[in-house]
Amino acid sequence: MKNKIQVTDIILAWSIPLIGLVLWFVVTLHQNSASLFPPPTDVFTAVKRLIKDGTLAENIEISAARGAVGFIIGGVIGFLLGVINGQILIAEKILNTPIQMIRNVPHLALLPLILIWFGIGETAKVVLISLGTFFPIYLNTFHGIRYVDSSLIEMGKTYGLTRFELFKDIIFPGAMSSIMIGIRQSLGRMWLTLIVAETVAAKSGIGFMATNAREFMLMDVIVLSLIIYALLGSLSDFVAGLIEKRILRWHANYRKA
Amino acid sequence: MKKMSEEVQGFKIEIKNLSKSFGVTEVLKDINLTVEPGEFIALVGQSGCGKSTLLRLISHLEKPTDGKIALDDLEVKKINPAVRYLFQEARLLPWKTVWENVALGSKDRSKEKAEIALQEVSLADKAEEWPSVLSGGQKQRVSLARALIGEPKLLLLDEPLGALDALTRINMQILIEKLWKEQGFTVVLVTHDVGEAVYLADRVVLVEDGKISLDKKITLARPRVKDNNFAYFERFILNKVMKNGEDIANEVADQTYAI
Ligand SMILES: Nc1ncnc2c1ncn2[C@@H]1O[C@H](COP(=O)(O)OP(=O)(O)OP(=O)(O)O)[C@@H](O)[C@H]1O
Ligand SMILES: [Mg+2]
Repeated sequence: MKNKIQVTDIILAWSIPLIGLVLWFVVTLHQNSASLFPPPTDVFTAVKRLIKDGTLAENIEISAARGAVGFIIGGVIGFLLGVINGQILIAEKILNTPIQMIRNVPHLALLPLILIWFGIGETAKVVLISLGTFFPIYLNTFHGIRYVDSSLIEMGKTYGLTRFELFKDIIFPGAMSSIMIGIRQSLGRMWLTLIVAETVAAKSGIGFMATNAREFMLMDVIVLSLIIYALLGSLSDFVAGLIEKRILRWHANYRKA
Repeated sequence: MKKMSEEVQGFKIEIKNLSKSFGVTEVLKDINLTVEPGEFIALVGQSGCGKSTLLRLISHLEKPTDGKIALDDLEVKKINPAVRYLFQEARLLPWKTVWENVALGSKDRSKEKAEIALQEVSLADKAEEWPSVLSGGQKQRVSLARALIGEPKLLLLDEPLGALDALTRINMQILIEKLWKEQGFTVVLVTHDVGEAVYLADRVVLVEDGKISLDKKITLARPRVKDNNFAYFERFILNKVMKNGEDIANEVADQTYAI
């Protein structure tokens, strides 16, 4: 019963992408690879070619690693700032304004500056992704912590919980659903930043693969890069969803009641 | 289950010249009250008269503006884990299972102890559930188990039965009386229900205008039955509670006649 539901869910979730694929096939049926929009078969041969010479795996690996490192650094910074500002009033008073100022400059606008400071090496991309991802996690952690039910905190105090226990048992789990929202928003910004950074300034990665392909008018590779981005994006969201389901097991019941 | 009455003695509470103000509003004025170890007292009074504030002061969730509170001759200066507070809402953590919520009340968080405490409130079979699937009465019983697991010396009950239906209330009252007899802790119960106060308490204390205006021993044998003597105490206290609102009561009476 449960499995059946999951199978239909998967079919529903992939129905529109599948229809898109079929349409793509039909529309491009009478074109050749020199045209502006390659048929799926061309992209498929491109996949085979790139798998064979190893560049596909290598580039995906590089992009995923960049994304992950930047996301973890940005996420940890955002989380810690959110916890500190959520718990300590004076810290919020001091830090909130500068954080809002940083946020109001679109992080992509910092690209030229970052390129000058860090060159086009890995550091520049990681810094840019960290900048792009820290804010949603910061904001949602902060709000999650601030709006934990104060009557539960009071209950914890009457039970003599230490500050750390209060955080571990009440404040952090109470803020968790909000933190997960932040993580999902940050994941979206991670891919966006990664694509821009790799398109503008990189010598490897999926974004570079696309830019490089443009120089040689390899339409199939360009389209392939876009598809890979889409797949990686939904994969990361899927994983986040699984983690969320696991951590917020109680929440599903909570809402039902 | 009789074992504990010798080991765990209840706290003696001594309240001397206690005052509490919030800004300019003086909620409690020069309160003096002594509660003997193991005694069960009930606080009654009009809404907003300061009953919860008094409990919060005893548990040190609030600090006195003036005066002193001592438990077993030690002045209350911080939250004491041997004092357990039961709120009107159960205040269970929705992200912990029932037994984990109960275990929160003991230092070592032992599952074994939690299960024993759950047995006391007849909820052993719900140990692995999430609190959200429990009924209101069950939730309140879990919070009672959480309070009892730490072997409290003083239980502060702030209308814990207020939101329950009549039948569940009666069962909870019986349960509380039983556990109190077994374990020997002191109880201060805040309630709006004078019948509940007379049913459970050794003494009923009326708070009015921030002062204690009545301190009545209930000299009925336990377990109490709702006979004529019971009705006498109930009426007596109810009259005192309403005295302040006499005018209102008369008005209501007049209207009743008019109809
Ligand atoms: N933190 C606070 N700040 C300001 N005023 C407060 C605070 N806590 C309580 N009060 C005031 O103190 C008075 C007594 O409140 P308290 O909650 O003790 O009443 P109560 O007797 O428990 O009433 P009820 O039976 O309705 O629960 C009220 O007028 C309330 O507005
Ligand atoms: Mg109250």
